[in-house]
Amino acid sequence: MASYVLTINSRQRDVIADPGTPLLWVLREHLKMRGTKYGCGIAACGACTVHVGGVATRSCVLPVSLVGARPIVTIEGMAADRVGRVVQEAWVSGDVVQCGYCQGGQIMTAVTLLKNVSKPTDSQIEQSMGGNICRCGTYVRIRAAIKQAAQQLG
Amino acid sequence: MTGRQNVAVLAAWIGMTVVVVRLVEAQSTRADGLAAWEQMYSVLTHPRCVNCHTATAYPQQGDDRHVHYFNVVRGRGGLGVPAFSCTTCHQQANADSTGVPGAAGWHLAPLSMQWQDLNDRILPSSAVCTAITDRSKNHNLDGPGLLRHHEGEPLVLWAFKPGRRADGTPRSVPPLTHDEFVRATRVWVKAGTPCPKS
Repeated sequence: MASYVLTINSRQRDVIADPGTPLLWVLREHLKMRGTKYGCGIAACGACTVHVGGVATRSCVLPVSLVGARPIVTIEGMAADRVGRVVQEAWVSGDVVQCGYCQGGQIMTAVTLLKNVSKPTDSQIEQSMGGNICRCGTYVRIRAAIKQAAQQLG
Repeated sequence: MTGRQNVAVLAAWIGMTVVVVRLVEAQSTRADGLAAWEQMYSVLTHPRCVNCHTATAYPQQGDDRHVHYFNVVRGRGGLGVPAFSCTTCHQQANADSTGVPGAAGWHLAPLSMQWQDLNDRILPSSAVCTAITDRSKNHNLDGPGLLRHHEGEPLVLWAFKPGRRADGTPRSVPPLTHDEFVRATRVWVKAGTPCPKS
């Protein structure tokens, strides 16, 4: 076991965990932040996506020992983020969600995309969102919501 | 013969001997260089290296060099695309508890440094050598530059310490140790980076 000081959604959190523990389980089990979902556990589906140092990151394969000093932002922190808030509003207004399980990860990835590309094309959306899987098949609404958010963000 | 003529003959003989010795030395150095190159080639075409020296719009994975899972794409600079970059999963070091390999600056080699053809066949030794020594394709690296790349580039170093898979088994490593690889590169560079004829 080792102790770590993590900055999560601008708040410092102390955690004692095995160095190999994935960040996902530190969030969900140690800190009881359940917005970030466990999907596949092998980085294949994107449900566990969080931002680490501004990079959309699969928390299920990131050992807590490799986080370092990089700030972590989770879906719980999106309402306090300008782009995150607009994306969430676009999600609601486009009624994107069906079962919702993957949508936290979808939003985290979409926010990173819009922070890097202000007006993404269909192809850019497909490539950047291509690692986020939705079993309900909400892809068309996700794409529309990203475009709507891009328009609102100007 | 006069004494002066004797000296001239002796000087000519010494000169010819030096030329012959140098020619032999140069030939054996080239032979050594080519032998060293073949050792290097065995490393460069190992899956740990060639999986990121692809001819494709995506990286490969595993010893069978399958297409990288999860719809990963090459993107600009071989870094993936915004919101889905290499660093979405690959960190600064191997994540052995989760089986994800990592090293600083994880990215695909440029397409100019592809060591396979579009049918996924490894390029022959001469073609890889020609590409590597072409400064218009290799980020303008001369022999010493290539040696430095092999000595210290984090992704080269990673290939020799590639960590463990998710099931805990170690990834396979190239047929030479890193020290042997650097030694072979040094011999090859000293020989003037010779390439085998195709």
